[in-house]
Amino acid sequence: MICHETRDLIHAYLDGELDLMRSLEIERHLPACQACALIFQNHQALRSAITTGSLYHQAPDDLRRRVQSAVRQADQAKSKSWLRSWRWLSVGASLAAVAVLILALIPTGTSPPADDLMTKEVISAHVRSLMADHIYDVESSDRHTVKPWFNGRLDFSPPVTDLTEQGFPLKGGRLDYLDNRPVAALVYQRQQHIINLFIWPSAQAPQKAALKPVTQQGFHLIRWESAGMTFFAVSDLNERELEEFVRLALSQISPPTAPSGARPDR
Amino acid sequence: MQNPNQLARFEQAALPHLDAAYNLARWLTRNDHDAQDVVQESYLRALKFFGGFRGGDGRAWLLTIVRHTCYDWLRQNRRYEPLTDFDEELRDVESDAPGPEALLLRTAENQLLRRALEELPVEFREVLILRELEGLSYKEIADIAGLPLGTVMSRLARARRRLQQALTPRMREEAHL
Repeated sequence: MICHETRDLIHAYLDGELDLMRSLEIERHLPACQACALIFQNHQALRSAITTGSLYHQAPDDLRRRVQSAVRQADQAKSKSWLRSWRWLSVGASLAAVAVLILALIPTGTSPPADDLMTKEVISAHVRSLMADHIYDVESSDRHTVKPWFNGRLDFSPPVTDLTEQGFPLKGGRLDYLDNRPVAALVYQRQQHIINLFIWPSAQAPQKAALKPVTQQGFHLIRWESAGMTFFAVSDLNERELEEFVRLALSQISPPTAPSGARPDR
Repeated sequence: MQNPNQLARFEQAALPHLDAAYNLARWLTRNDHDAQDVVQESYLRALKFFGGFRGGDGRAWLLTIVRHTCYDWLRQNRRYEPLTDFDEELRDVESDAPGPEALLLRTAENQLLRRALEELPVEFREVLILRELEGLSYKEIADIAGLPLGTVMSRLARARRRLQQALTPRMREEAHL
């Protein structure tokens, strides 16, 4: 066996992938040829450096839990989707009925908000999320699952807080489209009421937040700016409870103790 | 997958290979955070395609999906990815030049080795990881990477030569320090 042949086959030999005949030929050649023997030794040394060098990355402990819960949720979502489409359809229908009723009873109850168009857009997004069986892209009550999910899907990182203890459990998140840009939508629940919290970076300087609920089509909306983001909470929940939700969310996202201008979420 | 047995079957087939999935994703994306995201996404894809899994080697099946997901990720984050340099090939840097490196290699710093591996172009890196760290056969690697057997063999050979070439000057530098 000549050298260039040996050098072609030396890797297969090293990996135990060479047939017996040719393995024997290599074993005859190596002691007779110093150059090939040295090459073989080098590759052998490299292999043992790699395999004994603790280069193997073990999965971090919490990844197993994270993967398992994601898999189970995906599995559950799949089997429930048929059921849910009917449920949301009926929820949507009753919401629409309530909205019609309220509109008929109090035709001029509220003054038109400043950014009427935005309000309409937000309500449409809210209703769409309830009716089209597309309320979550990521269904989880764990903010450490929901927040990273937005990575790579948005050009900003929305603050995600869990308000379960305060009676507003986080249910999940999804991508939505508002104000001509992709936005984060976080989904919270209060009893049977769904709250959509839309978040995107503020285009203009923060205005003094009025935090006054606006009512339209039977939905309540509250808009505010905090930490460079615009927030829009919308729900069919009553005004008082929605205000409580916003107050809690606001205190979690920018605690009063944080120095002004700091991003508490980072 | 409305059958709970099916979910249990999936978990039995796929979850034991989490380390293998993470190790491959970690070496291909070269950071922990993205590797974790890629692994989670891979498992969700695997669940979706579990109907097509005919039993047998769950690890090879899962690694095929992890590799696909990694390449999707790389396509979106290509900026930092070293590409195969064809000039280099013309200059034949991959020829086997015998030298007294074996001794040096034995004492190769882990850190040096890790860095040199990370800097290898991805198509060389993946065959080395699958062969040396995962201990897979040429046939298994060929199936996972969708390559002919001969290509697996030649890529491994070239990957090792490149790695050796990258390590030797660095080790000499370290030795002189």
